[in-house]
Amino acid sequence: MSTLEIKDLHVSIETEQGVKPILKGVSLTINTGETHAIMGPNGSGKSTLASTIAGHPRYTVDSGSITLDGEDVLAMTVDQRARAGLFLAMQYPVEIPGVTMTNFLRTAKTAIDGEAPKLRTWTKDVKAAMAQLRIEPEFAERNVNEGFSGGEKKRHEILQLELLRPKFAVLDETDSGLDVDALKVVAEGVNRAIDAGGLGTMLITHYTRILRYIKPDFVHVFVDGNIAEQGGPELADRLEDEGYDRFLTVAPATA
Amino acid sequence: MTELTEEKVIDSADGKVWSQGFIKGMTEEGEQLSEINPESGPLGGSAVKAHSHGDSHGGGIGIPDSSRAGRLTSYKLADFPLITGREEDWRFTPLKRLRGLDRVGVKGQELNGAAPAVEATGPDAVTVETVGRDDARIGSAGIPEDRVAAAAWEHFKEATVVTLPAEYAGTVEDVTTLTLTGSGETPAAAHILVHAKKFATGIVVLDHRGTAVLSENVEILVEDGANLTVVSIQDWNDDAVHASAQHIKVGRDAKVKHVVVNLGGNLLRTTPSARYSGPGGDVEMYGLYFADAGQHLEQRLFVDHSTKNCKSRVTYKGALQGDGAHAVWIGDVLIRKEAEGTDTYELNRNLILTQGARADSVPNLEIETGMIEGAGHASATGRFDDEQLFYLQSRGIAEDVARRLVVRGFLNEVIQHIKVPALEERLRDAVERELAASA
Ligand SMILES: Nc1ncnc2c1ncn2[C@@H]1O[C@H](COP(=O)(O)OP(=O)(O)OP(=O)(O)O)[C@@H](O)[C@H]1O
Ligand SMILES: [Mg+2]
Repeated sequence: MSTLEIKDLHVSIETEQGVKPILKGVSLTINTGETHAIMGPNGSGKSTLASTIAGHPRYTVDSGSITLDGEDVLAMTVDQRARAGLFLAMQYPVEIPGVTMTNFLRTAKTAIDGEAPKLRTWTKDVKAAMAQLRIEPEFAERNVNEGFSGGEKKRHEILQLELLRPKFAVLDETDSGLDVDALKVVAEGVNRAIDAGGLGTMLITHYTRILRYIKPDFVHVFVDGNIAEQGGPELADRLEDEGYDRFLTVAPATA
Repeated sequence: MTELTEEKVIDSADGKVWSQGFIKGMTEEGEQLSEINPESGPLGGSAVKAHSHGDSHGGGIGIPDSSRAGRLTSYKLADFPLITGREEDWRFTPLKRLRGLDRVGVKGQELNGAAPAVEATGPDAVTVETVGRDDARIGSAGIPEDRVAAAAWEHFKEATVVTLPAEYAGTVEDVTTLTLTGSGETPAAAHILVHAKKFATGIVVLDHRGTAVLSENVEILVEDGANLTVVSIQDWNDDAVHASAQHIKVGRDAKVKHVVVNLGGNLLRTTPSARYSGPGGDVEMYGLYFADAGQHLEQRLFVDHSTKNCKSRVTYKGALQGDGAHAVWIGDVLIRKEAEGTDTYELNRNLILTQGARADSVPNLEIETGMIEGAGHASATGRFDDEQLFYLQSRGIAEDVARRLVVRGFLNEVIQHIKVPALEERLRDAVERELAASA
């Protein structure tokens, strides 16, 4: 069992208007086997939390800590974090010219495992995982995310989740921009990864829709850089009915 | 049967079809051109007016100044006006760094340095000779199209002639290599003729190394039915300046694969041109370049379709990194009225790895007949940026591996087409070296 622990995290970014604080004391603990939904309005800092965990250089950690089984994640480089078992499915995956999916996946797998995968089984695994996510075989020879539709990009993020088998996955709005069919395919992929065991999941979403397919154990409502409320799956149902208004009206009073 | 894969513009005045500067995907670097020697429109000033001279291959009558067909060709230096840097042909070249190659004959500028030493290896059947200026074969495939090439033509002392005998059947292992080693900074001229006789098949590599300020003409004469691969590698020391005009003449049903590899040197200007002397010719032109900080690598191509049923494919790819790294690719393709059944496609892709590097890419297709198989071009400049690096690193890939992955993948498309095993490995190593040098 592993534990990803975020304690009193304060994060800011450099903007043209100066330093802007975004995360204002986030604390959250995720254990293997748990699925945490992080829900919140646009701009509340969800992606900032996700990117900070992965180590994006744009974000400055002012105070607080992130540890993985006691190891200081903040002291690790981006690639070290991935090798330690963290995975971020990005809200906006970038295109990478010149690198085919096949080449990319094999290189990533080799980096994460510390040794090259056995070619025969690896090729088979990749093909099978692609088929389950309804990704056409031709994508293997295409450059990473180049010319992919929004939905295709999201499916490829989940493909990587399934093949790289991290300890903790942060899924940043993996559901956005997907139609219902694509949403189901992606949710099935996430559920397969969860069912395979050994995974803790942070599922970031704006909408409750995906929670019909992926059942969270905990729901956290994220408002203005902090967790405003947490509870079980029933909290998601309440958000579905009421939206975020209840939280947003509180915000100016505390500011 | 016309098939234009790109946007086209019909010039109603003379009914010609123009297609220029279309950029597909990624950053549109080619749209925003960085003229080194400004002060003129993209099609140059009076200096590039159509000329028609005695020995010229291109006739100028009725063709607008801007057409590639109207460009002056001559063996005589005096026929070419002085280069101002504002001509279409020179607007990207930093003339100050040419170390006098552009000013031969002006204010005592000479071109009399020692040509690079030539060392030849290869199969016995292929002959390599050193000949004088008066050798009858000289001039059989080419004619200068700019002042620098004309200066070289007037000043070279001896030429190297490589001959593949008729019906010679070389394999991919039978590579004739001319290692051309420069040993000084005195401006010099060189001349090489590669001659594949009827139905000969073979591979010739020109491997430029050392230090030089060199203006060179390479004539590539491919007789009917021959199948010739010529690879010109420019892997000079950092301070070298090299202008190389490579003139390809393609016989009936002949095949030519021409590869330019520009790696080392301060300023490299490679200008390959292909002309067909009979129908059924097939030309593949590949290029690979890697521009580092301060390097200017310029490649200007011209494919002149003047005969029926010929084919051309151009694929140039380059990576750039470091401050002041500059790559220029110009791809002129002209399909003349008589070149029915032409099939042509040209592509240039650039990958910018760091800030401070820039690529200019200008495909230029002129079509004077609608009776063609196909004509198209694509040009794109992509950037490897911090977000891409973050993405790869977030999948566990270390930074240096990530960079290599991207560049290797990108350039491999060209390397794997060269199909000369001994070279492929060397080029992969060279790319690794370029990458390592930046780290
Ligand atoms: N590069 C940036 N420059 C300026 N402001 C930024 C930048 N990145 C994030 N922000 C700001 O930080 C805040 C949090 O952004 P973040 O992307 O983390 O929100 P989010 O909850 O993921 O929103 P969404 O639901 O739209 O994805 C927002 O106010 C946003 O405008
Ligand atoms: Mg977001």
